[in-house]
Amino acid sequence: MSPIDSPVAERVRAGEVAPPAAGEAIVRLHDVYKSFGSNPVLKGVSFEVAKGEMIAIIGASGSGKSTALRCIDRLESIDRGTIEVAGIRVDSPSVDLKRLRLEVGIVFQSYNLFPHLTVEENIMLALRHVKKLPRSQAHEVSLRVLDQVGLKQKADAYPEQLSGGQQQRVAIARSLAMSPKVMLFDEVTSALDPQLTGEVLRVMEDLAAGGMTMLLVTHEMAFAKRVADRIIYMHQGKVWETGSGDMLDAPRTPELKAFLDNGL
Amino acid sequence: MFGSFTLTHLLYLFTSIGWTLVLSALAFALGALGGFGVLLARISPRPWLRWLAVVYIECIQGIPLLILLFIVYFGLSVYGFQLPSLVAAGLAMMVYVSAYLGDIWRGCVEAMPKPQWEAAECLAFSRWQTLRLVIIPQAVRLSLPPTVGFLVQIIKMTSLASVIGFVELTRAGQIINNSIFQPFLIFSIVGAFYFALCYPLSRWSEAMENKLNVANR
Amino acid sequence: MKYSLDFAALLDYWPVFLNGAWLTLKMTAVAVVVGVAVGTLVAFAKRSRYRLLSRACSAYIEVVRNTPFLVQIFLLYFGLASVGVRMPTFAAAVLAMIINIAAYAAEIIRAGLEAVPRGQIEAAECLGLSKWRIGWHVMLQPAIEKVYPALTGQFLLMMQASAMASQISAEELTAIANTVQSTTFRSLETYIVVAGLYLALSLIIKFATGLLGEYLFRRRRVLRKAAARSARLMVEPGQAKVASHGGAA
Repeated sequence: MSPIDSPVAERVRAGEVAPPAAGEAIVRLHDVYKSFGSNPVLKGVSFEVAKGEMIAIIGASGSGKSTALRCIDRLESIDRGTIEVAGIRVDSPSVDLKRLRLEVGIVFQSYNLFPHLTVEENIMLALRHVKKLPRSQAHEVSLRVLDQVGLKQKADAYPEQLSGGQQQRVAIARSLAMSPKVMLFDEVTSALDPQLTGEVLRVMEDLAAGGMTMLLVTHEMAFAKRVADRIIYMHQGKVWETGSGDMLDAPRTPELKAFLDNGL
Repeated sequence: MFGSFTLTHLLYLFTSIGWTLVLSALAFALGALGGFGVLLARISPRPWLRWLAVVYIECIQGIPLLILLFIVYFGLSVYGFQLPSLVAAGLAMMVYVSAYLGDIWRGCVEAMPKPQWEAAECLAFSRWQTLRLVIIPQAVRLSLPPTVGFLVQIIKMTSLASVIGFVELTRAGQIINNSIFQPFLIFSIVGAFYFALCYPLSRWSEAMENKLNVANR
Repeated sequence: MKYSLDFAALLDYWPVFLNGAWLTLKMTAVAVVVGVAVGTLVAFAKRSRYRLLSRACSAYIEVVRNTPFLVQIFLLYFGLASVGVRMPTFAAAVLAMIINIAAYAAEIIRAGLEAVPRGQIEAAECLGLSKWRIGWHVMLQPAIEKVYPALTGQFLLMMQASAMASQISAEELTAIANTVQSTTFRSLETYIVVAGLYLALSLIIKFATGLLGEYLFRRRRVLRKAAARSARLMVEPGQAKVASHGGAA
């Protein structure tokens, strides 16, 4: 059994659990431009993500994929164009950041867990202070999401006591606990040893099967091909090619072909 | 009673800076010599010497310089030595500085990686040779920022010598204040003079530290 | 003329000395608590986007750190008196100490804040936490833990600096020593006894701050050590045999 096979995903393929129906667009990017100083990184990016879809964004470093992701959660502000998430205009200067961040969950390459708090405290922090849940309820929610990622027994551990894969799963649980409408994953397995990526990919596959809208920047081609509803290939700040997993077997543009051949 | 602050007063303050610098230099020079001795004792292979150094450092670091100053000053006078206040202040500061510098330098020497000691040992260096030729030259580089930083402390601490009557910058300010009573103006100028002495040294120490951090990355 | 040390003459003054030590301790404790609070605010203010605020904080810190504490006390006490503000000497001494310790604490805490990785702050922002919550939970707590030794070292230096308050006749240990020695004429013995008392105060403060550190960060430290020990044996099963033979966990 390959490391990225998992019970829920199998059941979806077997037809026992209905795949989530594609719905209206939850994330909409239209003609987005972004430069860092004099260096243009995004040069007119447009795409949409429907509810329940899992989109994988691939591309070489410098293609702008991480920047596009960070712009969606307003970690960077764009120069031109529009970004809309769950009806919120992200590019607006008066955007309600708290409301936006309740709808969007993001997981980073370097996990960014708070080292001085236990796993459970990491998850409960935002539950108690942003969602204002009472301690007992926050405790319940955190145990539930930890169970979902298979780490319930590590609730009292400190991040430094966990492996990289476990820490990343806790990071996913931390974002998941806030019940976001869409989750962003920024190269979340790139910093992990190969044998640890499987456990994280498994969790992501379960999330997708459960109907979560997901947008991931990734280098895991096999995973993207198997699980993603759509793949977006970015090149030099633009959306170069989009399609289903078959696109990776039969690239239409020479740039994508070169990218795939280089095994990047 | 309220006189006016004249150019003469300003010049008087300015020249007293000279004595501040003399005491600072004296304290630093003597304290560095003493500190080196404390360092050697502190890292000595002989336990009793190490223990002595630890007790010395802990004791001196645990009492205010002002008290140390009084002990030296009154100690000297009751035992019949009528020495000028500069000497008493210099002696007290030598003791104080030697304890702090010795401790700072010990930290720098101990930060030297063990493989350096081992390599020298394998080259049949004696302990003293290893220290002199391998460890200390490298530790000096690491010790420059905190040593210069402590020099700033020394200059500030010379102000305490005013209490036993030594006429350095602070005492000069007090003398003028006693005659014209304009403490705000006088002590602001005194403070400004100290700032002019200390700030460049502080910046230098910071710059050296930043260079070290870049080099170590 | 041989001078013989006579400590017995000071025995009657023990309560006076102890009272002086107590006053010094009180002075230092108040100054430290308020000073660290103010210093924390200054540390955050110095990182602010508003250039004027940031520059003002830098100026304050540099002026305090590059001028002698004695001059600061004189400026505060005599300076204020000359414009008609008369403060009790104890209050003036504490105020001067607060201003002084806040500047040093601000620098120390700022260094700790800067050591917090940017990614953790971003993650906290993306969880929706407000700026204040991030400042307290994600930045200040780990920063204080990191700079705790430097910070508590500063407390000790401040307690010793309190001796200078005797120069404005504030009631603390050194001032009392001055009074006692002028009455008994046993100057050397008096200052030796007082030196011993300061040493004792230093030990008390070191002990107290050590205990506080253990309490504040104990949960983390103890759990971390214990769990790290067992985690090490779990994560490296192949080396478990070596670990148990070697002994040192």
